[in-house]
Amino acid sequence: MPRSRHWLTAVPLAVYGCAGSFPQSTLHPRSDFAAEIQQLFTGIFWWALAVFAVVETLLLVAIIRFRKSERGPPPKPTHGHTLLEIGWTLAPAVILVFVAVPTVRTIFATAGEAPRQALQVEVIGHQWWWEYRYPDLGIVTAGEMHVPVGKPVQVSITSADVIHSFWAPALGGKRDAIAGHVNRIAFRADSVGDYLGQCVEFCGASHANMRLRVLVDADTSFQAWVKTEQGGPAAPPAGSAAERGKAVFSRSACIGCHTIQGVSPGVIGPNLTHVGSRATIASGVFPNDSAHLASWIADAPSLKPGAIMTRMKPPLTDADIAALVAYLQSLK
Amino acid sequence: MSHVAASAAPAAFAFPATPRPRGLKSWVTTTDHKRIGLLYFWTAFCFFLLGGLEALVIRLQLAQPDGHLVSAATYNQLFTMHGTTMIFLALMPLSASFFNYIVPLQIGARDVAFPRLNAFSYWVFLLGGLFLNASWLVGPLFHAGSLSVAPDAGWFGYANLTERQFSPGPNIDFWVLGLQILGISSLAAGFNFIVTILNMRAPGMKMMRLPTFSWMTLVTQFLVITAFPVITVALVFLMFDRFFGAHFYVVQAGATPILWQHLFWLFGHPEVYILILPAMGIVSEVLPTFARKPLFGYTVVVYSGVLIGFMGWGVWSHHMFAVGLGPIGDSVFAATTMLIAVPTGVKIFNWIATLWGGAIRGTTALHFAVGFIAMFIIGGLSGVSHASPPADLQQTDTYYVVAHIHYVLFGGTVQGLFAGIYYWWPKMTGRLLDERLGKLHFWLTFIGMNLTFFPMHLIGLLGMPRRIYTYGPELGVGALNLTSTIGALLIGVSVLVFIGNLLRTRKRGAIAPNDPWGGATLEWSIPSPPPVYNFSVIPTVENRLPRWKTELHEPITDPPAVPPAPIHVPGGSWWPLVAALGLPVLALAPLTHTLWLAFLGAAILLFGVYRWAFEPFEM
Amino acid sequence: MTHATSMGLDSRKMAFWAFIGSECLLFTSLISTYLVYKGKSVVGPYPHDVLNIPFTSVSTFDLLMSSLMMVLALAAVQRGDMTWAKIWLFSTALLGLVFLGGQVIEFTEFVHKGLTLQTNLFGCTFFVLTGTHGAHVSVGVLWLLTLWVRALQGKLGPANAMTVEITGLYWHFVDVVWIVIFTVVYLIQ
Ligand code: HEA
Ligand code: HEA
Ligand code: HEC
Ligand code: CUA
Ligand SMILES: [Cu+2]
Repeated sequence: MPRSRHWLTAVPLAVYGCAGSFPQSTLHPRSDFAAEIQQLFTGIFWWALAVFAVVETLLLVAIIRFRKSERGPPPKPTHGHTLLEIGWTLAPAVILVFVAVPTVRTIFATAGEAPRQALQVEVIGHQWWWEYRYPDLGIVTAGEMHVPVGKPVQVSITSADVIHSFWAPALGGKRDAIAGHVNRIAFRADSVGDYLGQCVEFCGASHANMRLRVLVDADTSFQAWVKTEQGGPAAPPAGSAAERGKAVFSRSACIGCHTIQGVSPGVIGPNLTHVGSRATIASGVFPNDSAHLASWIADAPSLKPGAIMTRMKPPLTDADIAALVAYLQSLK
Repeated sequence: MSHVAASAAPAAFAFPATPRPRGLKSWVTTTDHKRIGLLYFWTAFCFFLLGGLEALVIRLQLAQPDGHLVSAATYNQLFTMHGTTMIFLALMPLSASFFNYIVPLQIGARDVAFPRLNAFSYWVFLLGGLFLNASWLVGPLFHAGSLSVAPDAGWFGYANLTERQFSPGPNIDFWVLGLQILGISSLAAGFNFIVTILNMRAPGMKMMRLPTFSWMTLVTQFLVITAFPVITVALVFLMFDRFFGAHFYVVQAGATPILWQHLFWLFGHPEVYILILPAMGIVSEVLPTFARKPLFGYTVVVYSGVLIGFMGWGVWSHHMFAVGLGPIGDSVFAATTMLIAVPTGVKIFNWIATLWGGAIRGTTALHFAVGFIAMFIIGGLSGVSHASPPADLQQTDTYYVVAHIHYVLFGGTVQGLFAGIYYWWPKMTGRLLDERLGKLHFWLTFIGMNLTFFPMHLIGLLGMPRRIYTYGPELGVGALNLTSTIGALLIGVSVLVFIGNLLRTRKRGAIAPNDPWGGATLEWSIPSPPPVYNFSVIPTVENRLPRWKTELHEPITDPPAVPPAPIHVPGGSWWPLVAALGLPVLALAPLTHTLWLAFLGAAILLFGVYRWAFEPFEM
Repeated sequence: MTHATSMGLDSRKMAFWAFIGSECLLFTSLISTYLVYKGKSVVGPYPHDVLNIPFTSVSTFDLLMSSLMMVLALAAVQRGDMTWAKIWLFSTALLGLVFLGGQVIEFTEFVHKGLTLQTNLFGCTFFVLTGTHGAHVSVGVLWLLTLWVRALQGKLGPANAMTVEITGLYWHFVDVVWIVIFTVVYLIQ
């Protein structure tokens, strides 16, 4: 869709919340949690619109009707009117009851408690990437979170450093990731898809680049994903570039920060055991292709301001990096 | 209903005993509330331009997806300094310029209760503002590898990002120390104006005869003196963490960074009412004057202002709905927050009722006052949608909030202040601002602000977070952002028109009579600008609209142009400035890790205070 | 000040009451933080390892006595008895100094026992809370000594009773705050 049309569609979209190509929109709920909020917001929106219409109309009428007619009779000095004033104290209060009651209902309905059998996912915010752990499945991954469609999911959110906030609008509201605290949200996604989100609490230099995606998979593909993730890393074929890459990896600083199952134990950066199976790297900012991987390894901070991953070239050479890229891509 | 015809003769302030002082020294040492008011105005206006310029760079960066006008680091400094500057260095002191200039005139006083403390407040504000903004230029002194080391953690500087571990540079030091300095200025002014309003009223000026603007000033000052200590404590903790290795916000030590959020918003929410109440006071003065009708429901407007002040203390956690306070806490804070809509609504309805049945003169001041009401409603209603915690979980930290804050702060406070400027400028300078340029200014502002801030509602709902220096084209918000940027440039043009108006009318503007508008309050009974002693004879007030004829009473007679007896006017003083100078020097000590500066700063401060305390200064 | 004021209360006194109101919020924030972080320290020393209640009780008594001296000083100034005014003013300041000395001893002892600002949350909250109070006492002592010197110079008399009264207001306030701190920090462990 050409960009100019977005503007035209945005207005009715905001009002009706119907579908469009806004992958991070709050108006296109794709889970029970998001739908509850959407419904609540729609109600508040109509009340607000009504108040807006009435009050602004009164204001407009007042200023148009009572513009000074030259040399007209002086206005009557009214100082107040008790009944009127009681009226316009009560009316908003009554309207607010209609806002407050569904609000409280929704607060309790979306308090973050999923049924016991729900899929458990732990989300840990890091400067500036997301780590996902599936304690029951023994999976650790980064950047992209997979969940099955139609099944309840319980997300527990915390942080390893500063405060972040986990948000995938299509699936529901955000919760802050705070070290030493665990926040919980619960949802049941209702359609398969690839949903964008990002960190929404300012967390330093690359806050803007702390994006994320949630992949809602059909049941079978979710099971397949779980299976690959649970397996060890693919062994690179002998003599291949990937095997050379593994050697480079094992003798470089990489091992200090990254885990590859059976190869290295680092925990400062994302777990790379299955990095080849991700669509994006660096927390959803770049596509996972050879070019981006290579320049990322060469000099991450120049791609992502402030990135904790230091510049690797030098000591690495272009050949080393090409081998590393081949290796990482083989880690499906 | 009529008003007193403006007395034709311009001021006869040439009373021999009290010549109008001249020269730089007279400004630096001034203790005259009117001059301090003007100093506040010009200083704050410059900071407003600076904050606006920062906003324009922000807007240019965001005009398109993947913008690269400025770096991430610079952008983070820009929005932090934009918010901090606008709130602490532009809007609060612009309100202060009216507290200073107008309140003593409205209550029939010769000056504020403590003129030298008043000068001290101003100098501390100026020095604090310069200290904070020095961070833009002094990077090399800190070997920072960049020119600017401006604060970069947002105007609410959430711990633990602000800890030394995550923000090692001097950036946050500037912020912490600068805010501490500014807090002292606000507190000093707070005590001063509380006493002035309670204690310096002209005979007969009972509290319920106090003009609404003075009332709102009083409420504001109570909020200032109660809210600022809380942020002071929060900042002291942060200072100890950063400079002395304490652990107030360090998770590993068992502390929680959420403590900061509670302390900050306990201050921060009252702070937003500190920003809006003076503007509400201005609107409550402007509407009656130009509708030629008393404020509808004066008592209710006053009490609702007081109520807003009180209720403002019970809602702070609505900034923390995503923190996870539990459903009960969320429900309670949702309810208290929504309740604030009631007293605020009451004000809106009373203002409309004031206009209703009036004989409205469409001056620029009235335009801005009506613009205030129209825009504040939008900001208030988006506020109510934030007040619903589940809804806010989708809104918080997105541009939807940015839309809310600018509708209340720009649509509300800034427009209210502009109304005040057009209304009181003739009193303050003796020249009327040009009405044609004024209307142009208004319409450009009005259109510009809606073009800038309305799309932000949609941008936010479509998922764009705030405080990001860049966003991807896939979000689909590029066109909306471009619209917003164009709007911001339009606001820029409107500000230029305003500056043009200020400069043009300095020499060429129509001479203002005592009372160009037919106002009901005392400031209009004296020359424009008023003589140093304000009132040749302190008036005795018998009702709430002293200068109007109503069904109940006749207008009072204005004080004579020439004082019947000599009036003693206190001279100036150097010591407030000297004492104020001690504070930035003190602040330099931790900033540069230089102990002797601490002693020097304390010595200057003490020296200033002692000389001040023992200098003969009679009012 | 000879001016008639709208509320019939001296302006400086009114300003001071406003100041004290503001200070109340300052100390409330500090004390609340102390309470919120109570028992949250992850390493020692803990309050019961270091706090010496008998010693601090003496300090507290000392500060209470200084308040009494302050009352006497004000009364003396008001009746124009400058000899006693000098004595009581000086005694008030002296007792304030003794209190500060006690605090110095206490702080050094704590540091020897391994409690510093950097040790744990108890250290942070304790030192900042009592330190802020100590800073208030220091300002008070400086102020009292200034009045005392003025009295020695013969520049303080019944005409300045309001100044002394305000000083007293401050001093009593600082004293009351200490009572609260003493109760919260020392007595209710
Ligand atoms: C001038 C400043 C100002 C004012 C007056 C207000 C007024 C209000 N604000 Fe706003 N607010 C800010 C400045 C202000 N705010 C700022 C700066 C922030 C962001 C801080 C940051 O994060 O950087 C913020 C953020 C903020 C949040 C947190 C959002 C978030 O971060 O997620 C919330 C949540 O409840 C909120 C609510 C409100 C409410 C309910 C009001 C109410 O007082 C509004 C009441 C007014 C009306 C409702 C309109 C008139 C009423 C009627 C016509 C009557 C009829 C109405 C009804 C029946 C509804 N505000
Ligand atoms: C207090 C009042 C206040 C005011 C008046 C404004 C005014 C403006 N604000 Fe501000 N804003 C805040 C308070 C305010 N803001 C706060 C508290 C934040 C949050 C900060 C944070 O997150 O920490 C914020 C954040 C904020 C953001 C979000 C940044 C982010 O989250 O990344 C944006 C983005 O567009 C913005 C824009 C603007 C614009 C375009 C104006 C305009 O209205 C400015 C208009 C003024 C001018 C344009 C004057 C300059 C004119 C000249 C110098 C003449 C030359 C000009 C030309 C030739 C064009 N503001
Ligand atoms: C100083 C620690 C550190 C070292 C050394 C390091 N990395 Fe990283 N790496 C990180 C961090 C932190 C991230 C996440 C950065 C971000 O997204 O902000 C990361 C991200 C990555 C990613 C993207 C992963 C994803 O899923 O998004 C790849 C691929 C990667 N590193 C490869 C390497 C290789 C190859 C090496 C060695 C040549 C290496 N890293 C060395 C810390 C390090
Ligand atoms: Cu993480 Cu913003
Ligand atoms: Cu608020």
